[in-house]
Amino acid sequence: MGIISSVSEIRKHFPALEQQVNGKRLVYLDNGATAHKPQSVIDLINQMNSRTNGNIHRAVHELSAQTTALYESAREEIQKYLNAAHREEIIFTSGTTASINLVAYSFALSSLKRGDAILISEAEHHSNIVPWQLVCEMRGAELRVLPVDDSGNWILESLDKLLDNSVKLVAVSQISNVLGIINPIEDVISKAHALGIPVLIDGAQGVVHTKVDLQKLDCDFYAFSGHKLYGPTGIGVLYGKKGVLDSMPPWMGGGDMVESVTFKKTTYAPLPLKFEAGTPNFIGAAALGEAIRFMNQIDLEAVSEYEQEIVAFLAEELTKIDGVKVYGVSNKKIPLFSFTAEGAYPSDIAMIMDKLGIALRSGFMCAEPLMKRLGADSMLRASFGMYNTMEEAQLFIDGLKRALKMLR
Amino acid sequence: MTIKEVEQEIVDEFSIFTEWMDKYEYLIELGKSLPIIGDSAKQESNLIKGCQSRVWLNAQISDGKLYFTADSDAIITKGIISLLVRVYSGRTPKEILEADIEFIEKIGLQDNLSPTRANGLLSMIRQIKYYAAAYS
Repeated sequence: MGIISSVSEIRKHFPALEQQVNGKRLVYLDNGATAHKPQSVIDLINQMNSRTNGNIHRAVHELSAQTTALYESAREEIQKYLNAAHREEIIFTSGTTASINLVAYSFALSSLKRGDAILISEAEHHSNIVPWQLVCEMRGAELRVLPVDDSGNWILESLDKLLDNSVKLVAVSQISNVLGIINPIEDVISKAHALGIPVLIDGAQGVVHTKVDLQKLDCDFYAFSGHKLYGPTGIGVLYGKKGVLDSMPPWMGGGDMVESVTFKKTTYAPLPLKFEAGTPNFIGAAALGEAIRFMNQIDLEAVSEYEQEIVAFLAEELTKIDGVKVYGVSNKKIPLFSFTAEGAYPSDIAMIMDKLGIALRSGFMCAEPLMKRLGADSMLRASFGMYNTMEEAQLFIDGLKRALKMLR
Repeated sequence: MTIKEVEQEIVDEFSIFTEWMDKYEYLIELGKSLPIIGDSAKQESNLIKGCQSRVWLNAQISDGKLYFTADSDAIITKGIISLLVRVYSGRTPKEILEADIEFIEKIGLQDNLSPTRANGLLSMIRQIKYYAAAYS
């Protein structure tokens, strides 16, 4: 197959998009929560569940050899896709949340002392807040917060004041799941590194919408999930620089992560297995590898251009509707729009639009502190994937207008 | 009218709607006409928290019967609340405890009572039953 560059070609690979919901053609705009999967990913999952199933790294039999090969080749696909320097820097986890928790409970818990600090931003998802809060509480450390301005952009000027020698880790998102703003992570990484502070990037949204080059970016950790990147649920990745990962103690103990076990002393397997205790989700990992192979066929520049047309269209159309307030204003934005509408409650709008076949997200969006900062108790969110069309953007605007007419 | 009869009345009312939008229009209308509970009753102790919307429920007993007023920040939720209030308000605790309501499902709104919807409705029904148990 050649390079896939048009949205209509991309769509053909996603069977879920062809269905009707509530008697209407599905317009799926909740990609920020989870994305649909291309046929090749579905086929691989089915094939592994129905035939190629053997536990990896353990047996000499053929099926085990085949699944092990699929699992390890997926690791290499991911390494190449993200341009990581070494394959053992790619650790399979169950998702972004598990990746962040791994760093929290291994890296942070083993090194944090009373009086130390971890710096996050005000625009983080709960999964990039709570793990840090937990380890900070355990160690008597401080959780510092980089504030955002009224439009949702990081106030970078405050960084110099917040970053000092007590900060042991900076953990921030590349793209906020509420605001869709592409954050200036490069600036944060260089400022933190100037003080020798490592940086974790929550790439759950970022890996889907930007071309990530980990060696260029130079972050110390990068976390993402498979299911937002057109892969399956229950699989994700933690990237860590080899030197940092080597210095960290294991988090979970079990099979596959050990070299030798006695009751006196256990020695651990080298990377990446040190952090992959127990039978991993090898079918999920292989299928994520397949999703990456699919992404490799996509002309990402063409996708990005089309996405920017949708961003411009939505920014204009949403602000034209009376009483609609869009959160997250920036000239670097993915097609993800959170908003409120005066005189109509978000869940009501989402319920009506659901019956029109349009899938939106409503609520706190797992980012309560940010919602409070922006002065909303609940928002609506439309988040587009690479298979969503301009026509669907129009259907969304039309549906929203209809819902508002009913509710106001 | 018994609880069962009121339920049947609601089912009959909804039977004329063939389109979802008409059903929602009606719920919105009901939501808008539901008497809003006073600010004094809109306190933390009457609040039922959900991720999607909040619900306030206030109960009063008079002559052995329970009277409910309720509110929500979401209007469709409020419409469904008004139906629940219509069914449960002015009943004895015994009637409430014995009632096994079916109309929500019959009019196709059962999704709104799923725990994943987190709009406070399921907790509201539970709360109504608690009040009835407390006064019985």
